[in-house]
Amino acid sequence: MNITPNEYNEMAKKASPGTKSYKTIPAAFLVGGLICTLGQLLNNVYMDAGMSKDTASTVTSITLIFAAALLTGLNLYNKIAKFAGAGTLVPITGFSNGVVSPALEFKSEGYVLGLGAKLFVIAGPVIVYGITASAVYGVILYLFKLY
Amino acid sequence: MMEYLYAFLVGGLLCAIGQVLIDYTKLTPARILVAYVVAGVILGGIGLYEPLVEFAGAGATVPLTGFGYLLSKGVKEAVAEKGLLGAMTGGLTAAAAGITAAVVFGFLVALIFKPKDKSV
Repeated sequence: MNITPNEYNEMAKKASPGTKSYKTIPAAFLVGGLICTLGQLLNNVYMDAGMSKDTASTVTSITLIFAAALLTGLNLYNKIAKFAGAGTLVPITGFSNGVVSPALEFKSEGYVLGLGAKLFVIAGPVIVYGITASAVYGVILYLFKLY
Repeated sequence: MMEYLYAFLVGGLLCAIGQVLIDYTKLTPARILVAYVVAGVILGGIGLYEPLVEFAGAGATVPLTGFGYLLSKGVKEAVAEKGLLGAMTGGLTAAAAGITAAVVFGFLVALIFKPKDKSV
């Protein structure tokens, strides 16, 4: 059977399972919303314990990052992520998962260039673009005396 | 109780937007995280994210846009205090706890746990 690349693309499109957005989007909303609600709960508990607003927010982030790292190690985070999609990616827990997952996977390639380097596969770009954007913003603030 | 509802709704909405990007564009998860952080810096910089944080609390700070907002907030405070040097120090200073937590916990978990078969 002779088929052109265009025909092949059409066939592949028909054969591949379509993205079921009516399922994935509510799932992301639900799980992402719940993670944020948990964050709010932690934040309130820490503030009740006497922490300032900023400190409570920081400690909440640390707690969520720790929990997600642990769940990734136990192979549970990835299972939730299969259902939740962006619901487990977008929160800070997804950043933590992005740090642990490749580090764990590439441990077999060594502790320095495997674990140590691959730890930054996702975190690296996030930090590079985040920090650069913030530095540009700082220079703009300074030049136009907006502070 | 309302603050939990707002956190749920706004946090859920930010994640739903991410899911739309996954389903309807070719953006990879890494690109979405980068886009969210940069969007957070920009929205924080032009003053739009602060009201969202006031309204939704963790619903705005827990998503990665909140991390970007934190960077912009740190830079703004540092520039006010130290001038141009603040543009270099503010972001990382504000993000220090989050980045250090991710690196240290990430390192320890990767050290202790065994990689699992992806197909399981």
